[in-house]
Amino acid sequence: MAYPDDVRYTAEHEWARLDNGIVTVGITSYASDQLGYVVFVELPEIGKRLDASKPFGVVEAVKTVSDLYSPISGEVVEVNEALGGNPALVNQQPYGEGWMIKLKPRDPGEINQLLSNQDYEKMLEEQHA
Amino acid sequence: MPPTTLPKHTPFHEFHRLAGAKLVDFAGFEMPLRYTGDVREHMAVRKAAGLFDISHMGEFHVAGPRALEFLNRAITNDVAALVPGQALYSPMCRPDGGIVDDLLVYRFPDHYMVVVNASTTAKDFAWLEAQAPAGVTFEDRSDQTALLAIQGPKAAEVLRGQVPDAVLDLGYYRFAEARAFGADAVVSRTGYTGEDGFEIYHHPRDAAQVWEGIVAAGRPAGLELVGLGARDTLRLEVAYMLYGNDIDDTTTPLEAGLGWTVKLAKSEFVGRDALVAQKERGLGRKLVGIELDGRRVPRHGMAIASNDRIVGQVTSGTFSPSLERPIGMGYVESALAKNGQPLEIHAGESRLAARVAPRPFYTHGTRKS
Repeated sequence: MAYPDDVRYTAEHEWARLDNGIVTVGITSYASDQLGYVVFVELPEIGKRLDASKPFGVVEAVKTVSDLYSPISGEVVEVNEALGGNPALVNQQPYGEGWMIKLKPRDPGEINQLLSNQDYEKMLEEQHA
Repeated sequence: MPPTTLPKHTPFHEFHRLAGAKLVDFAGFEMPLRYTGDVREHMAVRKAAGLFDISHMGEFHVAGPRALEFLNRAITNDVAALVPGQALYSPMCRPDGGIVDDLLVYRFPDHYMVVVNASTTAKDFAWLEAQAPAGVTFEDRSDQTALLAIQGPKAAEVLRGQVPDAVLDLGYYRFAEARAFGADAVVSRTGYTGEDGFEIYHHPRDAAQVWEGIVAAGRPAGLELVGLGARDTLRLEVAYMLYGNDIDDTTTPLEAGLGWTVKLAKSEFVGRDALVAQKERGLGRKLVGIELDGRRVPRHGMAIASNDRIVGQVTSGTFSPSLERPIGMGYVESALAKNGQPLEIHAGESRLAARVAPRPFYTHGTRKS
């Protein structure tokens, strides 16, 4: 499975994409496959300040539930309202329409500390070795 | 703890792998969790048909002149009421009334077959063996038994022409020894989904032929391969027990609402005195259905509260694909076990508004009765 090279990754299976000073956050295709069919995503309020590696929401799948962790520190400037009506977008387009929140980063350089797609792929391979 | 060993494979393992199933370790077996998706597989069983590999379950062979006496003393339901070709659901209890397992007993003309949960096969075998009197032969035949379930409103249509017509006329909890897909089999009208359906016991050497036969006959009817994920959502919608979640060594059949399987009027059985005493004393807690608004899902182990007081615990929970809302079961203090009773589920930091709901949740299944 190929992981896109235009986003950065966390060990908790979130991705982050920097675009015009704003960081979009979602979960990886690996994560959404592991979770199975997503039925609900609980997201933070706009304006909430998030700390890196701290929970910002919850994703409920039919079979399991998982916390969502913020890849970087920053302020929530937008949440994906479309997930309210169609949470399965997280399964269908994890790197696109299934995004979860947009953050104004406290430190725009912080995203560079996250994993590259190659690092992430290597981590998954090692976990499954 | 048992020594760490590689997971066992059922005779269908290669089919799961080729179908691209996500495999998980379950009760020491590597089993398919899902093939295409929990919801798709679930809905196929509700609308058409699904094929389940449940060969991980345990099968014991019981024979000899004292077989009936032995089994009837070991379980709470009444084996003496069975005629040949009939099966029975029953808890098996400890002397204190706690449930060792829930199981099926099949009565054949000259022996019985006991079908137990995969996770408890070794425990059950030891438990029963210790009670087996002289004059009873008691054998674990799990490794010589392949087991497939075909479930759904179109299950009979899929089997038509591949089993004798008499099999399609079987009533609920009846079975026949018959040829199925060219193999010698025991076919019963039983299941764990709330839909019409069959379970097909056969020798592992015939496994490929039976699997391929069902898949070929089933595809035109919309049959899907179904993993353990949808197996759990299907059973929970109809409020069937999952051993280890809803019932275990610490819960009794009476607390679980399985009183209909406890035949106090039959001859002496293990756990009878404790269950009689519990009935006289009154139940401290009861298993109830739980429904919730919103889309947060109750999960096994979450606390249940009422008026800021912990009153019980969730034993099973899922998002119901058929009803498109969260459902669950759990034990609560008996005084609160009435339909509509408001409850609060502790989901991490969140508090989920819930209420006691009638079981089963899904009432449109095609199961025979």
